[in-house]
Amino acid sequence: MKHSIAEAARAARRLTTCATAAVLAVMVGTSGLEAQERDKVTIGYAVSKSGPNAGGADMTVTPNYELWVEEVNAAGGLKLPDGSQLPIEVIAYDDRSSAEEVVRAVERLATQDEVDFILPPWGTGFNLAVAPLMAKFGYPHLAGAAVTDKASDFVKRWDSSFWFMGGSADYVNALTEILIAEREAGRINDKIAMISVADGFGIDLVKAARPSFEGAGFDVSYDKTFPPGTSDFATILNEADNSGADSFVAFSYPPHTFGLTKQAKVASYNPPVFYLGVGAGFPVYPKIAGGSVEGVMSLGGIDPDNELNAAYRAKHEDVVGRAPDYWGSVLIYASLQMLGQAVERVGLDKAAVAGELSTGTFSTVLGAETRLENNQLRAINWVGQWQDGQFVAVSAQGGDGMAAVKLPKPGWE
Amino acid sequence: MKVQTAFVLAAAALVVLALAPLFIPDYWTGVLLGMTGYVTLATAWAMFSGPTRYVSLATVAFFGVGAYTVAVLNEAMPYPLVLLCAAGIGMALALVVGLSTLRLAGVYFVIFTFGLAELVRQLVSWWEVNVTYTMGRYVFLPFEGRHIYWQLLALAAVTLLISWAIGRSRLGLALKAVGDDETVAAHAGVDVTRIKLLLFVISATIITLVGAIQAPRWTYIEPSIVFNPTVSFMTLIMALLGGAMRLWGPLVGAVPLFLLFEWLSVSFPDHFSIILGLLFILIVFVMPNGVLARLEDLRKGGRA
Amino acid sequence: MLEHVINGLVLGGTYALVAMGLTIQYGIARIMNLSFGDTIIAACFATYVLFSSFAISPVLALLILVPAGYAFSLVIYRVIMRPLVARAPDEGALEVDSILVTFGLLFVIQGVLLIFFGGGYTSYSFLNTPVNVLGTVVAGNRLLAVVLSLLIGLALIVILYRTRWGMILRAVALSPQNAPLFGIDTDRAARTAFAIGGAMAATVGVVVSMFQTFTATAGVVFTMKALIVVILGGKGSVLGAVVAGLLLGLVETFVAAYIDPGLTLAAVYGVFLLLLLVRPNGIFGKA
Repeated sequence: MKHSIAEAARAARRLTTCATAAVLAVMVGTSGLEAQERDKVTIGYAVSKSGPNAGGADMTVTPNYELWVEEVNAAGGLKLPDGSQLPIEVIAYDDRSSAEEVVRAVERLATQDEVDFILPPWGTGFNLAVAPLMAKFGYPHLAGAAVTDKASDFVKRWDSSFWFMGGSADYVNALTEILIAEREAGRINDKIAMISVADGFGIDLVKAARPSFEGAGFDVSYDKTFPPGTSDFATILNEADNSGADSFVAFSYPPHTFGLTKQAKVASYNPPVFYLGVGAGFPVYPKIAGGSVEGVMSLGGIDPDNELNAAYRAKHEDVVGRAPDYWGSVLIYASLQMLGQAVERVGLDKAAVAGELSTGTFSTVLGAETRLENNQLRAINWVGQWQDGQFVAVSAQGGDGMAAVKLPKPGWE
Repeated sequence: MKVQTAFVLAAAALVVLALAPLFIPDYWTGVLLGMTGYVTLATAWAMFSGPTRYVSLATVAFFGVGAYTVAVLNEAMPYPLVLLCAAGIGMALALVVGLSTLRLAGVYFVIFTFGLAELVRQLVSWWEVNVTYTMGRYVFLPFEGRHIYWQLLALAAVTLLISWAIGRSRLGLALKAVGDDETVAAHAGVDVTRIKLLLFVISATIITLVGAIQAPRWTYIEPSIVFNPTVSFMTLIMALLGGAMRLWGPLVGAVPLFLLFEWLSVSFPDHFSIILGLLFILIVFVMPNGVLARLEDLRKGGRA
Repeated sequence: MLEHVINGLVLGGTYALVAMGLTIQYGIARIMNLSFGDTIIAACFATYVLFSSFAISPVLALLILVPAGYAFSLVIYRVIMRPLVARAPDEGALEVDSILVTFGLLFVIQGVLLIFFGGGYTSYSFLNTPVNVLGTVVAGNRLLAVVLSLLIGLALIVILYRTRWGMILRAVALSPQNAPLFGIDTDRAARTAFAIGGAMAATVGVVVSMFQTFTATAGVVFTMKALIVVILGGKGSVLGAVVAGLLLGLVETFVAAYIDPGLTLAAVYGVFLLLLLVRPNGIFGKA
């Protein structure tokens, strides 16, 4: 009897806790009600601030959101068609790198906080996870940090979705073109050693790369995939070296990119073409590598003579405290500029903004006439290379102002 | 009479919960959905781990297998059949695992099950990469949050019903004996291994179904998304907090914890980890005799 | 073939180093410390700050951080663990309590690191110089990890098996209930063992930060790897941790070289699960 009373008391305590939490949750939820008189524009986002995805989000996505908001607010706020300006208020959540969290956070932003616009999370998978909801609630979806070859299909499925980072085939085909030219010049043989991380990004690229390389007459003499948890690359580089390939291609994430670089230096593995994945375009990359990374290739790249871009980089460093990466950052930032200009032209109506994004021409950090083709950004630099301490764009197509690729890669110091 | 009242109450609660999405905003449906998912997971987890005291971290192995099955098969066959397939695969996997591991005890079982979850994840990745050449699959099923919620709610009800039925049956009696003292139970003619295996399989099948039902919510499925070890940890902690030996225990643990997590991530997105961690430490200290002693307590309570 | 053996041993040396501290904490202090990996990550960040902001070489950082790790763990033990040890009715209860409380601690450390350093990747270059070992070129910083793990392992074994103090620690590990009957201060032994584990975590952090990219939330990776090695080697066995660590390194390297790099982690878990089934108490565990 005594026992059951204690049990009941405990249960009651638990229920109280539960009820308190629920009440608090409701309070928090409803406190976001919009004022009748509009005095601000609310923009919400859920990005991975913790968990395995935080590393990528922290480099490419979050700093640019913060930079853009700070800039707009410093200039008096978001401009509206009638010439008035409204400051931006941000509601930011952490999805903790969980797909269920990001989905619920977007539902919360849309139906509880009733924000005016929602900015996307980091990563292909998470962008796809929220895409149906963004479409359902009518928000334009500016998918920034998402590489996918299926963008054209997705645009048909969700007509207010916009894709800013291109597809795997784009990146790979640009690389293949460079390799073909090098082979014709007699600087490399027709063997390629290729490795990839066993994750959505790596596999998508490698799937595009196999037919692209083989179609161009290359022999992929070493073709392996490694788990994302891999931290030691001694054996993999050893085998790649033994395969006799002059070109080494790795579709890797930053921890692997850094690890591969360090190991390549130690093992003096220096193939004429040394191409790595995400991370090689980070400004800290040369420091992490411990010296010169001349000739290393990767995705992205900038035009060092582009003043707009240089100004953006300086501003980023000023506000965020560090330089942006050389690939995704500028694309994300451009997408935000487009959003701001679309609002200035058509106001806060979500459908009108989506329409304007689809058809309008914008002046962004990428150039004075940035526009989307079939809801996709195409003015992307597909291949970049470290040259004289800068990661410059070297692919034949993409944006303007390409440098020539310099191969073979010189030795590690 | 008492049982009947309880059933009427439970049925009424179920009806209210089922109708809720028609009146509340999508976000709250999402919260109910997540909560129901964890209530089901924790109840299913406790069905096996409560009486046997085998702490399993393999929850996400089965959860992920369920989600992946839907991702692979959703275009090949009608949805109910896909769910059946998922349940079948989960059951088969549980049989194999159960037969080979149930003789491990204590922390070894804990680590083993964690390793198992990672192994399954690695093998699925490898298979996708090297055999099917696809990483990342799309689930385009015409389900919104509430459709998934209703399915989960039904599963939760069934799970609680199974749990209740086990508690009342001869099996439940045998289980109590096993939990009290496995050796004595064995001597008294209880087929300990078979009972443990049976429970493990039932529990794992339900967990697989939770994963399968939730899969359409993410549209895009890849191993790192569905084999997220957090699922195992959350389930464990919710069940332990509420009490793994009571029918309603896991539910009582899952609901407040889920709401708490939700509230924390809304209100303190930047300090979630620290507050969560401190809360954990606090829970251990405030429950004066520790969580295991609580389990012990409940174990004795069950005998009295 | 020889190169794979050497690469495997170099990799395994790191695993052994990671696992030794945990096996002492778990075997002697009886604390299953899930925040072990996060202590390592904290040491990684501390090394990084010392190196990049104060130009203090990571080797010198060892002199600062190892005592710091010892002190930190000592405080943690006194404040959080001792009350749990005191109130635990039996070993099983302490095990669950320590799992839950260190699970909480894990999030606290992680949260603090996130606030200070954000979620981004951190890495720097130090001692990334080629060293020729029997014809195979390995990185200097990785070689340092192996040498350290062998030296520390040897030192620990000598202390545990050749000194009176080591005997006390072993007595506590063997039978915490009976040790006080022989006039042994179990609390002191346990807290020292826990602190030694913390010092080891700091050592690992300093060394690993030289070659591995780390993030504030990467601690759990180390904890899990260490747990596998600890369980494989046998709870509380330093020798077991070294052997199991080296074994895992060899398995990973050979699978990567001869089968498929994609299966390295699967192979690790496979070997682990198999061994657990055959020898549930680990290679050097008492049956």
